[in-house]
Amino acid sequence: MTISIKEVEHVAVLARLQLKENEKEKYARHMGSVLQYVDKLNQLDTEGVEPLDHILPVFNVFREDQVKPASNREEILANAPLVEAGQYKVPKII
Amino acid sequence: MELYELTLRELQQVLHKGEASATDITKSVLGRIHEVEEKIKAFITLDEEGAINQAQQCDARGAYSGLDGIPYGLKDLICSQGMKTTCASRMLENFVPFYDATVAARLKAAGGILLGKLNLDEFAMGSSTEQSAFFPTRNPWDLTRVPGGSSGGSAAAVAARELPFALGTDTGGSTRQPASYCGVIGFKPTYGRVSRYGVVAYASSLDQVGVFSREVGDCAQVLNIIAGKDPLDSTCVELEKPDFTSFLKDDVKDLKIAYPREYFQKGIDSGVKDTVKQALLKYEELGAIVEEVSLPHSEYALPTYYLVAPAEASANLARFDGVRYGFRDFQAENVVGMFSSTRAEGFGDEVKMRIMLGTYALSSGYYDAYYLKALKVRRLIKEDFDNVFAKFDLIVAPTTPTTAFKLGEQVGDPLTLYMNDILTVPVNMAGLPGMSIPCGFLEGMPVGLQLIGRAFDEGTLLRAAYAFEQHSDYHQAKPDLGGELI
Amino acid sequence: MNFETVIGLEIHVELKTRSKIFCSCSNEFGAEPNTNVCPICSGFPGMLPVLNQQVVEYAIKAGLALNCEIADYCKFDRKNYFYPDLPKAYQISQFDLPICKKGYLDIEVDGVKKRIGITRAHLEEDAGKLVHQGTISSTPFSLVDLNRSGVPLLEIVSEPDLRSSKEARAYMEKLRSLLLFAGVSDCKMEEGSLRCDANVSVRPYGQKTLGTRTEIKNLNSFRAVEKAIDFEVQRHIEAIEDGEELIQETRTWEEDQQITRSMRSKEEAHDYRYFPDPDLPPLRISREWVNDLRLSMPEMPEQARERIMDQFGLSAYDAGLLTLSPDLLAFFDECTHYYHDGKIIANWMMGEMSKLLNQKNLDIGQCRIRPAHMAEMLNLIDQGRISGKMAKEVFQVMFDTGSSPEAIIKERGMEQISDEATLEKIILEVIANNPGAVEDYRNGKKKATGFLVGQVMQATRGQANPALVNQILARKLNS
Repeated sequence: MTISIKEVEHVAVLARLQLKENEKEKYARHMGSVLQYVDKLNQLDTEGVEPLDHILPVFNVFREDQVKPASNREEILANAPLVEAGQYKVPKII
Repeated sequence: MELYELTLRELQQVLHKGEASATDITKSVLGRIHEVEEKIKAFITLDEEGAINQAQQCDARGAYSGLDGIPYGLKDLICSQGMKTTCASRMLENFVPFYDATVAARLKAAGGILLGKLNLDEFAMGSSTEQSAFFPTRNPWDLTRVPGGSSGGSAAAVAARELPFALGTDTGGSTRQPASYCGVIGFKPTYGRVSRYGVVAYASSLDQVGVFSREVGDCAQVLNIIAGKDPLDSTCVELEKPDFTSFLKDDVKDLKIAYPREYFQKGIDSGVKDTVKQALLKYEELGAIVEEVSLPHSEYALPTYYLVAPAEASANLARFDGVRYGFRDFQAENVVGMFSSTRAEGFGDEVKMRIMLGTYALSSGYYDAYYLKALKVRRLIKEDFDNVFAKFDLIVAPTTPTTAFKLGEQVGDPLTLYMNDILTVPVNMAGLPGMSIPCGFLEGMPVGLQLIGRAFDEGTLLRAAYAFEQHSDYHQAKPDLGGELI
Repeated sequence: MNFETVIGLEIHVELKTRSKIFCSCSNEFGAEPNTNVCPICSGFPGMLPVLNQQVVEYAIKAGLALNCEIADYCKFDRKNYFYPDLPKAYQISQFDLPICKKGYLDIEVDGVKKRIGITRAHLEEDAGKLVHQGTISSTPFSLVDLNRSGVPLLEIVSEPDLRSSKEARAYMEKLRSLLLFAGVSDCKMEEGSLRCDANVSVRPYGQKTLGTRTEIKNLNSFRAVEKAIDFEVQRHIEAIEDGEELIQETRTWEEDQQITRSMRSKEEAHDYRYFPDPDLPPLRISREWVNDLRLSMPEMPEQARERIMDQFGLSAYDAGLLTLSPDLLAFFDECTHYYHDGKIIANWMMGEMSKLLNQKNLDIGQCRIRPAHMAEMLNLIDQGRISGKMAKEVFQVMFDTGSSPEAIIKERGMEQISDEATLEKIILEVIANNPGAVEDYRNGKKKATGFLVGQVMQATRGQANPALVNQILARKLNS
């Protein structure tokens, strides 16, 4: 399994990771070698095998519809890089 | 003997007898940390003042029960109120949570004294603690070697007598593998036994909090405190919680022990194999029935892991976007640019690599071939274990293919490093309890014996581990902190 | 060429639980920014979701109201995308196994009944809110308020069965009414608790394949839904007729300009990378549970409509209007406890009351008139204590103050004068003061009566019983 620079770039956009040119090649190589390794799974016939998405035989875990006090706003904003008017401030969207 | 050398159980005795106070113990432990930390580098954050304060308050309360006066540390991805929780990442270098993880809150409520936060591979992604964004931790048995990972700081601190116990996490072996490399007890409970609330997620379907200690009994005591239903974690199940210390019996008579042939095949160091086989003989001597079995899908566990874990991680680590906490690149002109450069600069290479892999495995056109395929194989792996546990009480195997390797030795090819987890990953895939206990030495480096049990049958692991401990002294061996610092 | 319009609606409804879907923060609307938040709905490290049981029950009830199949088994998935108002950078939603599917509702447009299919309804969490200075494209920065993050949503997706903007509006109104009756949402479009995205395409009649589809967002009122679809349909037809190529895209409705505009968000194709959320165990919904909820459901609008038509002889149209919302129906039903004639109640509700509510832009829930007071007023008319004309004034005061009609007419001396002796005295005075008009009358100009009645009404500030005035005046003039 090899992976192209173009695919690396596409995945990096999806993952919101800015890659430098030299990194792209490194990722292509590393991802390629891991993907080649995981191709081993294709040796197995999994026809009819139910995917295991939850290991515990547990269902319907609920909480009551009860309101508890919210966090203190100062506390919740304390770790924010930039705050204005009690809100997180972010650069322009477009 | 110095106080810092005592186990949790011994410290409790000292406190009960009035031979030392919590403050004495904390000071002794802090002294030890001052003495050796420069060599070991286990701590990311050490809160000396806070520790002394807690100890003094503890002494002021008088009678000692539970964990009163017992110092401990947390792997630095377990959130601790008011204390930095960095995940060994630039991304969270200055992050101070205002909430405690459930396990942290329970240890605090039990009277334990939190000394600080322990090093790890960034976001628990690694097997050597070399992926820490800050510094590598070293193996107390040989400072030129890694302590294992990702909970390397926790394992090294306990082994070096900097702490009587510590918490780590185990997603693919991150508690058992470093315990094996450092010659201490490492316990990974059944998935769902201990709350994950407040533990920064790596791979949510695999993550479980682990315990490091120097005696099996200490581990049982800590489990008693941290295990059990948590309304804040939907996967932490409602089950009657046993008294884990009740399993500490020197009795393995008629216990049916299986050893999987796949765990003794090529790639496993022959010295490790021999050491583990000695341990199996010991169990036979003690009256257990030991038989070889097969877990035919074992070789597929690691490739399955390297799809499932990165896929979940790619979503779990998406929240680190520079908006609400953590690092932000202020140079970016717009939001998309800020997300991308913040994440590019805030995360280290291995983390980015796994995010990329996971994103790829989930992306349109590849989901079925990779992620879905992995979930199907995961079921086959679990069924292997079900089949064995229909006839046996316990599986015994090596914890790791080799003893601890040298720092820098396995940097480069990711696959070589990933192979360290080949014997531990299947347990996480099946959600089972697993444990590593010291079972011997090879060229001065500890070898770990891995015990694997049925889901929610931690008791059998503790019993078998306790029995072995009663008939061996590997757990009492002290590392000499030798080896040249690199 | 004649074109057929094909519309499908995706409607997001906020469920009216007390707390959010995965944490215990309040679900209330309109709090100060970031005051209904906690580490869980703010996506802090290590935080985990725990599902609110009430959310599931509301979703099942909504599914029942919409004639859906309720899943035996369903699960939650992570929908991955980055946006500053999405704290975890994934939204917990349901991908391949929604809680409800295969439902329908019936609409009626211009007397034609039609059944509209509902593909699915699934649960998800809402995102937070981004506040811009000016527009999204001109703002130098944006602010993030996470109060709304984690509010429970049910996304209801219709089949592409709708053929006109009127049908789309009727579908929305019907959906709203069903959800209001089921008691699962406030459905307040102005507060965003009912939101609509419309998928629109056109094709020549007879063509089987669908035309190029566009999705319109930001439809905040029934009117906007209708207008935006009309605009978009026209745009599609013109493009096709002019031989222009339509692109499949997302567009936003610009309320000020009454146009749709391309959102032109980077042409990067979305790849949400859905996968099962490992933090949330799946749901197994037993048939017993569904049945219990079915039994707990209140009367739904169609049943209510039949009932009030039967019981009070209302027209289908009137009964339809009264069952648009449970509040309207409850008002009507309560009135009928105190007043016998449902038709008269309906007339007042849909006439005078609806007019006053519309003037103030209020809904029935905010109306100060109590049903018992309305009935009391109708009884006063029947007793001849107030005239129909006076009743409208009384009604206005009731609307403004919430007082009882009895109190209002007492306080303001508005009671009708039906005492013959009093009236006779006034009438004699009017006759004495208007000899000309009396003369005209006696000379055969019968119209003069009207003038004299007017004088009497003026003298009594309109309170004279008009029937009695006519009667007495005729007697006096002819004697």
